Amino acid sequence: MTSPRPLVHRHHWLVRLTHWGTVLALAGMIASGLQIYEAYARFGNRGGALLPSPFNGTQFPAWGRLGGWLAGALNWHFALAWPLVIFGIAYLAYLVGSGEWRALLFRPRDLPGAIAMQAYYLRLSREHPPQGKHNPLQKLAYTFILGLGALSVLTGFAIYRPVQLSWLTALFGGFQAARYWHFWAVWIFIGFTLVHVALVLLVDPHSLRAMITGWYRGRFPSP
Amino acid sequence: MTDREKTQGTPLTPGGDRRAFLKLAAAAGPAALAAACGWDGGNALRPRLVDVGRLNDWVGEHLLYSPTRLARTYGAADRSPALPSYFISAMTPTLADPAAWRLRVDGLVAHPLELSAADLLAMPRTSYTVKHHCVEGWSAIASWHGVPVSAIVERCRPLPAARYINFVSFDAGYSNGWDLASAMHPQTILAYGMNDHPLPAEHGAPVRVYSPVKLGYKLTKYLVSMTFTARRPGGYWEDQGYPWFGGL
Repeated sequence: MTSPRPLVHRHHWLVRLTHWGTVLALAGMIASGLQIYEAYARFGNRGGALLPSPFNGTQFPAWGRLGGWLAGALNWHFALAWPLVIFGIAYLAYLVGSGEWRALLFRPRDLPGAIAMQAYYLRLSREHPPQGKHNPLQKLAYTFILGLGALSVLTGFAIYRPVQLSWLTALFGGFQAARYWHFWAVWIFIGFTLVHVALVLLVDPHSLRAMITGWYRGRFPSP
Repeated sequence: MTDREKTQGTPLTPGGDRRAFLKLAAAAGPAALAAACGWDGGNALRPRLVDVGRLNDWVGEHLLYSPTRLARTYGAADRSPALPSYFISAMTPTLADPAAWRLRVDGLVAHPLELSAADLLAMPRTSYTVKHHCVEGWSAIASWHGVPVSAIVERCRPLPAARYINFVSFDAGYSNGWDLASAMHPQTILAYGMNDHPLPAEHGAPVRVYSPVKLGYKLTKYLVSMTFTARRPGGYWEDQGYPWFGGL
């Protein structure tokens, strides 16, 4: 049939480490966050107007919570924040230092390619458009998720120190609004992860091996 | 445990890279396990989390605290309709003889003090309307007035070794240890009034600690003494695992 696909080294160990480290840290952050949420399961000052949310008064199932009670959950949350931020900074430093940000960051010139990819996914065109390491839609998704990570960290600090970092808290619309955005980031992370895993399995399962071992032998060979 | 880890990833295997999936399962297993059943870390991990908490206290005290940054103040019209009141005793703690109440100021000080309510009223007075932040996540706006802790410090003259204050309450042994810098913040007061009225019993009468730079559980109600120490005093909630610094 065809010649065997080339084996290429795709992911630096730092990328793999920070990827899986972030998976673990973020899972713990979300689970402890859902436990913290239970203590005041709404958004707004006492006796004041509430921000719209379908989760007012919701208690999330025990299997999705970490920490046992508020203090335990806070300790998990403030401990896991360290590896999460360290992995994030290490990854960004790698992107900048290696120049790999060029293959990952979505830029305006990626727009036509993104539309072509969308057409393929909507089955409007049969051929998978040619791509490098990441296609333009992937770039858009990865750029978006990095932004969401930054938003989560910044809203987290806005809640953690609303007096010392009052400018940051004000930037998000105040303490309760910062809690609100911090909380909504969780559902976007979960939604992203579901789609991300589905696409890996459906479109390019070999990329999973690449994210574990670093080596890739799939349909889009590019180091 | 290992059974759970194994069942995490394998059913998803699409026939391609089975080994990679087993590796993924090995990574996802502990995460799923950690998230399971409201687990708190157990006896092995809980002390390590407390260690990180100490580090976070240090960061809070030394990197994320400004002695001069003031909390935003509001107008009386912004006050929340109500501020929840918590205490440890089964009933609202009250004094049998309010006239006999004294605030004891002792420990590592040059001049130990015994101050009556009238003594506090005669001292400098600070009042403000600020946002109260509870560790649970709620917030509410209220007005407070009282004596700045810095005015007490000026009178009692802490010794150079004094680094902390232990605020003690008559509510079932409740107490809070504070770093001296947060206590000296211009908005940290011994409040004897709330929303233009004398402090209500449910909010800590006759006198409570108030400050917009600390979470609510650090704001000792029903105050009876403040002791200056060289070693870090714990506190009612702090000893049970809540962050010691509790800064905002």
